[in-house]
Amino acid sequence: MSTHLNPPMKIYVPLDTAARALGADDVADAIRAAAKAAGLEIELIRNGSRGMIWLEPLVEVDRGDGRQAYGNVTPGQADALLNGTLESLGPVEKIPFFARQTRLTFARCGLIDPVSLADYEAHGGLAGLRRALALKPEEIVDEMKLSGLRGRGGAGFPTGIKWDTVRLAPAPQKYIVCNADEGDSGTFADRMIMEGDPFSLIEGMVIAGLATGATRGYIYVRSEYPDAIRILEQAIRIANQNRVLGSGILGSGHAFELEVRMGAGAYVCGEETSLLNSLEGKRGTVRAKPPLPALEGLFSKPTVVNNVISLASVPVIFERGAEHYASFGVGRSRGTVTLQIAGNVKHGGLFETAFGMTLGEAVNEIGGGTRSGRPVRAVQVGGPLGAYMPVSRFDTPLGYEEFDKAGGLVGHAGLVVFDETVDMLKMARFAMEFCAVESCGKCTPCRIGSTRGVETIDRIAAGEAEAIPLLTDLCETMKDGSLCALGGFTPFPVMSALTHFPEDFPGAAKPFKEAAE
Amino acid sequence: MSAPRTAPTEAEVSAVVARHLHREGPLLPILHDLQHEFGFIPETGFQTIAHELNITRAEVYGVVSFYPDFRTEPHGRHVLKICRAEACQSVGARALEEAALARLGLDRPGTTANGAVTVEPVYCLGLCACGPAALLDDKPLAHLDETRLTRLLAEAGA
Ligand SMILES: Cc1cc2nc3c(=O)[nH]c(=O)nc-3n(C[C@H](O)[C@H](O)[C@H](O)COP(=O)(O)O)c2cc1C
Ligand code: SF4
Ligand code: FES
Repeated sequence: MSTHLNPPMKIYVPLDTAARALGADDVADAIRAAAKAAGLEIELIRNGSRGMIWLEPLVEVDRGDGRQAYGNVTPGQADALLNGTLESLGPVEKIPFFARQTRLTFARCGLIDPVSLADYEAHGGLAGLRRALALKPEEIVDEMKLSGLRGRGGAGFPTGIKWDTVRLAPAPQKYIVCNADEGDSGTFADRMIMEGDPFSLIEGMVIAGLATGATRGYIYVRSEYPDAIRILEQAIRIANQNRVLGSGILGSGHAFELEVRMGAGAYVCGEETSLLNSLEGKRGTVRAKPPLPALEGLFSKPTVVNNVISLASVPVIFERGAEHYASFGVGRSRGTVTLQIAGNVKHGGLFETAFGMTLGEAVNEIGGGTRSGRPVRAVQVGGPLGAYMPVSRFDTPLGYEEFDKAGGLVGHAGLVVFDETVDMLKMARFAMEFCAVESCGKCTPCRIGSTRGVETIDRIAAGEAEAIPLLTDLCETMKDGSLCALGGFTPFPVMSALTHFPEDFPGAAKPFKEAAE
Repeated sequence: MSAPRTAPTEAEVSAVVARHLHREGPLLPILHDLQHEFGFIPETGFQTIAHELNITRAEVYGVVSFYPDFRTEPHGRHVLKICRAEACQSVGARALEEAALARLGLDRPGTTANGAVTVEPVYCLGLCACGPAALLDDKPLAHLDETRLTRLLAEAGA
């Protein structure tokens, strides 16, 4: 209920690209116009998304009694929203999809004004950095190791160990590079955090700099994310003005410069060495390892390359303590996983939860099954290089080792749901085609093999059952003979489609034994 | 999209390059800027870039040709990118793309005869929970269907 002071009603309309694509800008304009016409003083804030994408534009109104949610708001509903006659979903944080989450990395996303440093600080921001500033580099690294954080970009490598390698490498210049190439279909967590809470990424990168002695950072953002780039650049300017970046961070003797760089449409540039070549202004071909980027990375200097979510999880680890972070999770997968529930799903969006939830729970209970209403048939987990999981594997817990054992990979934790109308032969063909389109061209099994793969699948589709063993052999060759996971992991979606859905491959009547490992 | 469609002069190319010379690894920012200002990156500019960065013309060519974003020819007045990736496929994006191409009289991505619209493939726009997704010029589109796309294309003059 409004207080006697009558502060203006606060209205939150997300600026997130998904919300914008669903009409949020028009809704914001309509609300401003309606308020003006009614002579009503309002404060309109463009927040990040709360992640309930199926409810976007999700508008929140705070009349002094907490934030009430309104789903799928249209411009025509602006008057009703203002005069209180529009039906509300209730307090936003009580919506079951939201209430069931454990929000550590995304705690502020959707809650605050993304480019207000004051708002950021008022909600726990910079507390982690202040703590890290009082620690020695090796103590920062130890805290990271204790947190158990593993890279969220795909490979799941322990972040603390990577940082330690860079810390121990002597060099006049070291770098922190943030991988914001997020090319995997079904993933948008990086985009959401960059648009909805950019300071958390900046803070994480500064802490990485303190830990390793790196004084310069780059965020490599794909060109498909213009809003994220604009918001990050704005946040970096504000951070520089307030000495969160620049020389003398928060009054200390430490320095960190940060710059955003835009990719140019190549999926392979998400692979870390290809990304480094791209940052250097070269073709984005993959480099052979060793040398590790941690020792010879950007411009041959020791370099941390970490995913957006890995880095954006650092502040909360230092704010709340590594043990708190590590207290969530299952087995060797500690902390939270930022699931992106996508594709043909009823309740699509971002769901942050402790590792350990099963795939079926995520898809059916959280995601609510398919958008089409038809039965779920397959879920591709971990992007275009991840396996298609059949419903019979829905009991697999979301964890790195757990998925590995089930013939899949968690990757960047995108779940793409397909209903029973999906043709799995076509999906296998697409995986090969995608590999052919995006191959950097360095190794033959990837460059040529993927095109052969498309042809072979076309032969299978035409009824040539003899081509099936050829496809299996080809997948083996790609797995063994590829320098990076683009060629090396494309067999995952292909073989999982063939193994779990043989009925879509003429001539492959009975299930094949596990080959997609 | 109202970017000029005439090739920049050598001096104009040099001016863009100069803005970025202080940076580490300036080539991609230079190419993005040129394309942003002039709508494309003409091959006639490669020599100037190469000279200023002290690399070979072939290297510039190699980089421009590697990245799908960079084009050496102007495109149509509007650019439509329909997402082709898996999450959008699961909700019918491929059929939508086929319908759009058919409507525009194209048998594959490219520019319409009247120069109004260029269709380009794109693999994921980060709108995977609300597909089919597309980008029309700078405007992100979600839950796209044929009726709405047809209307948007008509508005774009196709
Ligand atoms: C083809 C390919 C594409 C990749 N794309 C991305 C990406 O878009 N974002 C990302 O963070 N990692 C991506 N990776 C993984 C990176 O190579 C690297 O493991 C990661 O950035 C390391 O950061 P992390 O340890 O924080 O996960 C990709 C790998 C391959 C092989
Ligand atoms: S596997 Fe493919 S993308 Fe990876 S290095 Fe080889 S050719 Fe390049
Ligand atoms: S798959 Fe289409 S937007 Fe991600």
